[in-house]
Amino acid sequence: MQVFTGKSILNGIAIGPVRIYHKAQNDTTVNSALTAEQEWERFETAQAKAQEQLAGLYKKALAEVGEDNAAIFEVHQMMLEDEDYTDAVRDIIERQNATAEYAVSTTGENFAAMFAAMDDAYMQARAADVKDISQRLVNILSGGADSGFLGEEPVILVADDLTPSETVQLDKSKLLGFITRHGSSNSHTAILARTMNIPALIGVDFDESWDGKTAVLDGYNHCVYLEPAVELLASMEEKQNNDMKQTALLQGLKKKPNVTLDGREINVFANIGNAGDVGLVLQNDAGGIGLFRSEFLYLDAEDYPTEEAQFSIYKQVVETMAGKKVIIRTLDIGADKQAEYFGLEKEENPALGYRAIRICLTQKEIFKQQLRAILRASAYGTVSVMFPMVISVREVRDAKELLEECRAELLAEGRIAGDVEVGIMVETPAAVMMADELAEEVQFFSLGTNDLTQYTLAIDRQNPKLDAFYDPHHPAVLKMIRQTIEAGHRHGCWVGICGELGADLTLAETFLRMGVDELSVSPPAVLPLRKKIRSLDLSKEI
Amino acid sequence: MKQFQYTIKDPLGIHARPAGLLVKAAKELDSTVTISNAAGKSAAATKLMALMGLGIKGGDTVTVAVEGGDEDAGLTAMKHFFEENL
Repeated sequence: MQVFTGKSILNGIAIGPVRIYHKAQNDTTVNSALTAEQEWERFETAQAKAQEQLAGLYKKALAEVGEDNAAIFEVHQMMLEDEDYTDAVRDIIERQNATAEYAVSTTGENFAAMFAAMDDAYMQARAADVKDISQRLVNILSGGADSGFLGEEPVILVADDLTPSETVQLDKSKLLGFITRHGSSNSHTAILARTMNIPALIGVDFDESWDGKTAVLDGYNHCVYLEPAVELLASMEEKQNNDMKQTALLQGLKKKPNVTLDGREINVFANIGNAGDVGLVLQNDAGGIGLFRSEFLYLDAEDYPTEEAQFSIYKQVVETMAGKKVIIRTLDIGADKQAEYFGLEKEENPALGYRAIRICLTQKEIFKQQLRAILRASAYGTVSVMFPMVISVREVRDAKELLEECRAELLAEGRIAGDVEVGIMVETPAAVMMADELAEEVQFFSLGTNDLTQYTLAIDRQNPKLDAFYDPHHPAVLKMIRQTIEAGHRHGCWVGICGELGADLTLAETFLRMGVDELSVSPPAVLPLRKKIRSLDLSKEI
Repeated sequence: MKQFQYTIKDPLGIHARPAGLLVKAAKELDSTVTISNAAGKSAAATKLMALMGLGIKGGDTVTVAVEGGDEDAGLTAMKHFFEENL
């Protein structure tokens, strides 16, 4: 057994034989034996064929991954008709007496280089699209590879790289998963893989000897086992079975609203800890991301993450959610969970210490970098920002002031800053007591029940001796939650719960009766919660 | 020639999709439509990649010029298009 690592696009497991995919070897002979007119006719025929293929792909993508993700193929169709593109092809054919294949691939390279040189990440990414349409034309011209590169038996596909059209063309019933050497988790291909729910790994260094061997692709652990040992195979099969059970539950509930029998509908969102979890959010059909813990950006790094690095991760998540709400919680670290470069001193009592918003409001430059990245990403979808560990109105005002300062700076620099909804975590008893005043300052509250419970009951949950005293359903906590919801509603705020209690099915009815607007839970808890909500009838007296 | 200025509201600017729609709309007119960015670089509205190549972002102001054919009708159609899509 050999183990190789890569970067996982989707948490899932695939087990099966490996098939290495080679792109059609392109005949890019320069000199044509035909006349320029004949080469041009070949091009026009290929162009028409490509249009037809793309129209088919658009339809397929529309059905499988939805309109937002399918739009890329409509754009490809338009690029294919672009006058500058076709003029350049014609010019090369005529002037150099070149083959249509050569003219197309040269033109594709030139246009891709133009996009790659632009100073805008979105436009740079379009280089891949130009290459994709050129590759398609060359494949048609050289009579090569249509979509039939998967055989009868389902396989794990291994390739240097896959373009969006290759990805969507794959017959899903023959594809267990895929592994590529290149590609970024930001690419359309990665996004499509997530949406199509196919386990995938990128950045894996494979070689030709893999072809035909059995492999286990473990998306949870970012690795692939080649010729796996018997015990490992068994445990992976079990894990895969559990996934399938979850999928079965999903099929029945997917696209169904979170609505009670008597018609009350609420949002069920998902909590994520890093960008890689977005696949799980989509897989479990959450309506949005109710808590995006931004700490991983800091904890996984050797130094403060730059604005650019943060922006690209937020943007990726926001784009993948395609317009659904993404609530980003700003930096929430303290002496108990910190990165070395922060240099935080050890504290007697880190839970009550220098952490979260308290760090942000004293080390403003670090905070502003994050706020700028969030504002920039918000132009790509629907983003809310949420401040943790708030105890006073002053803190919220200061944080909002910094947010506006960042917005003004970005606009002055000619950058885009989208609209963001502003909210706070309600996780301290002080915030609950001040909920009316705080609600005047923000658009939403999200109850962080883990900390709220610990602070309300004065019980350290890490201490096993206290288990006998610890009651997660303690009436004091439930009263706090009720007060917060009521105060929020008095001032036009929506109120959600993003702590562990939100996923507690025995409390779902209680929370709904209190009037909660949103519950945000770990992705695997979304569907069980939906099932519970759909079984409740709030019109019945208790 | 008739022209107007427009400030792009779409945060992504003239990205692939609206650019494609613009090409379609411009091809339906009997006038020639040219789009210029603030730096004075211009592209025919019927050319998708050239349009995208202008790198027009949200907040940028562009000049839309309509020449030949029924210029009034062209101008109205383009104004309508920009307000609807960009």
